[in-house]
Amino acid sequence: MNAEQILFILFGAVSLIGAISVISFRHPIYSALSLIVTFFAQAGLFLLLGAHFVAAVQVIVYAGAIMVLFLFVIMLLNLGTLSAKGAMGGKLKGFAVILGILLAIEGIYIATNVLNNTAIASAQPATATPNTTTYEIGELLFSKYLLPFEVTSLILLAALIGVIVLVKRESESEN
Amino acid sequence: MENLPLSVFILSSIGKILIIVHLLLIGVMAMIWSERRVSGWMQDRLGPNRVGFQGILQPVADGLKFLFKEDLIPNHVDKPLYVLAPAMLLVPALVTVAVVPFGSSITILGHEIPLQIADINIGILYVLAITSLGVYGVVLGAWASNNKYALLGGLRSSAQMISYELTLGLAIIGLLMLTSSLSLREIAKAQGAYPWHWNFLIHFPAFLAFTTAMFAETNRLPFDLAEAEQELVAGYHTEYSSMKFAMFFMAEYMNMIVGSAVTVTLFLGGWHFFGLETMGGPVWSGLISFGIFFVKTGIFLFVFIWVRWTLPRFRYDQLMNLGWKFLLPIALSSIVVTGTLWITTGSRLIVGIGNVVVALIVASIVAGLLAMKAPKPAMQDSDSRVTPTALDAIE
Amino acid sequence: MELKYYLILSALLFTTGVIGVLVRRNAIIIFMCIELMLNAANLAFVAISRSLGEATGQVFVFFVMTVAAAEVAIGLAIIVSVFKHRETINVDEVNSLKG
Repeated sequence: MNAEQILFILFGAVSLIGAISVISFRHPIYSALSLIVTFFAQAGLFLLLGAHFVAAVQVIVYAGAIMVLFLFVIMLLNLGTLSAKGAMGGKLKGFAVILGILLAIEGIYIATNVLNNTAIASAQPATATPNTTTYEIGELLFSKYLLPFEVTSLILLAALIGVIVLVKRESESEN
Repeated sequence: MENLPLSVFILSSIGKILIIVHLLLIGVMAMIWSERRVSGWMQDRLGPNRVGFQGILQPVADGLKFLFKEDLIPNHVDKPLYVLAPAMLLVPALVTVAVVPFGSSITILGHEIPLQIADINIGILYVLAITSLGVYGVVLGAWASNNKYALLGGLRSSAQMISYELTLGLAIIGLLMLTSSLSLREIAKAQGAYPWHWNFLIHFPAFLAFTTAMFAETNRLPFDLAEAEQELVAGYHTEYSSMKFAMFFMAEYMNMIVGSAVTVTLFLGGWHFFGLETMGGPVWSGLISFGIFFVKTGIFLFVFIWVRWTLPRFRYDQLMNLGWKFLLPIALSSIVVTGTLWITTGSRLIVGIGNVVVALIVASIVAGLLAMKAPKPAMQDSDSRVTPTALDAIE
Repeated sequence: MELKYYLILSALLFTTGVIGVLVRRNAIIIFMCIELMLNAANLAFVAISRSLGEATGQVFVFFVMTVAAAEVAIGLAIIVSVFKHRETINVDEVNSLKG
C-alpha cells in the first residue's frame, strides 16, 4: 500500500463515519459537528485528487460559513430539547434504511460496472495528471463557463432578496 | 525547496516547526507582559513590575497559577464539547503560521533552506480557511457551558465572525490581482525593498478594511462583544477556569501574533526593508530578513495594544453597521477600482490614488445615506437616547 | 487510487444523506443531509475531473457550492420563521399550507 491509498482509506473512513454520525446523533449540535468532520475529510480527499483550490474553498465555504450559520440557528432556536419529539416509527425507519441500502448497491454497481463502458473509464491518465492550478480554474470560469458563472451570481442575488423578504415580512407582522 | 534532499527537507522542516512554535508560545508570554506594561504606561500607572526584572517573569507566574488551579468542570455543562472547545480555538491559531514566510532563505551546509514551514500554492486561502475555523472554539465553548451569558457571547461572536470574514476575504482580492499568486511567499517577494513598493500604499483602503476585520476576528477591543464584561459577565468563557481558560487566553494572543504576521506579509512588505535584507552573506541575509520581519510584526502588535487601550467597545448595531455598510462596500469597490485602473493604465500609482478616492466617495455616500435614514435628534426625547444594550440589539 | 473507489465512496455518502432525509424528522438535520448529498456529488465531480485530466469538474463544484450557499441562506431563514410561527421544526407537524 502506498501513501495515497492509506490516506484515501483514512479520509474515506472518517468522512463515512462522520456522515453516519450526522444522521444518528440525537442532538443537532452533534450532528452539525459530525458534518464538519465529514467536510474536512472531503477536503482531504480533494487534496489527494490534486484539487487544492477546491479543498481550500470547501473549508472556507462549508466549514467556515455554512456550518457556522447552522450552529447559529441551532443555538438561536435552542433546538436540542425538541428533536426527540415525534420520531419516526421503527417499521418505517427500517423500510427507509432498506431503501437506502438498495440505492447504495445501485451506486456501487454503476461505479464499478457501468462506467467501464463509458468515455470516463477509457480516459485513464489518473495519477499522471498534474495538480490543477487556481489559474486553470479561473481561466475556465471566465471563458468557457462565463455564462453559468454569471447565472450563479443571479442565484445568490435571488437568495439575498429572498432572505430579506422573509425577514422583513416577519418584522412587519410583529408590529 | 523541491531541490532539497529528502533528509535535509525533513530535518529542516522539523527544526523550523520547533523554532516557530516555541517562538509563538514565548511570543504569547511576551505579549501578555507587554500588554500589561504598555497599558500601564498609557494610563500613567506602572503595571506589573515585581516578578523578575521589570516584571518580565509575570506571565510565568500567571501560567503557574493557572496550572495549579483546580480544573473544575461544572455539572451542568455538555462535557465532551466543553473540554474540546479551548483546543478548537488554540489549534487553528497555531497551524495558520505554517504558511507564513518569516524570512527570505538561509544557506546551511550548501543547502538553501527557505524560512517558511510550507510554501503551498494556495497559501492565502489556507490562512482564510483556518481563520474561519477559529469561531468554532468560541461558539461551542459558549454553547457547551449551558449558561445564558456564555450563549449570548457565542451568538454575538458567530454573527460578528461571519460578517467580518467577508471583508477579510474581499479586501485582499485587489492585492491578489496585482500579484497574480496565492502563495504568501510570492506575495512577499513581489513587494519591493522600499516602503512605497509595499502593498499597503497601493491598496490603502483595503489595508484599513483588512486590519479592522482582523481586529474583529481576534475578538479584541473594540470588537470584544463576545466577552463584554459589563453585559455578559465574561462572555463565552464564563464557565471556564484554570488551564482551559488559559487556553482561550493564549489563543487570543496567538491569533493576534499570527494575524500581525499575515498582515505584515500581505501589506507591509514581508521581510523587505530598504534593501537591508540583502546585506551580508547567504546566512546573514536570512537572519537579517527574519529580524526585519520580527520587528515589523512587533510594531504591528504594538498597534493592537494601542487600539485596545484607546477605543471603547462598539455597540452591537454599530458593529454591524461598520462591518456591512462601510468595510464591505469599501472592500468591494477596491476590487472594481483596482481591476479597472490596472487594466486601463497599468500604473500602481494611479491604482493607489484611485483606490483612496473611490473609498472616500463610497464611505461618504454610505454615511450620507445613514444620516438621512436616522431620526432627527430633535425628535428624540432624552430617555430614548440612552444607549441600548447589546442585549436588546441581538433580539 | 482508481476512480471507482472515489465513486463508491461518493455513492455511500450520498446514500447516507438519503437515509438521513428519510429517517430524521428534524428540519435542520434534513437540511444537513441535503448538504451531505451535494458534497457527495462534489466528490464525484472532482474525482472524474482528475481522471479526465481537465478542470471542468472542479468548475462545476463551484456552481454546486454557490447553489448550496444560496439554499442554506434561504432554508435557514424559512426554518427560523417556521419556528417562530409554530414553535417546532418537526417536518411532520409542519404540514398545513395555511399559516
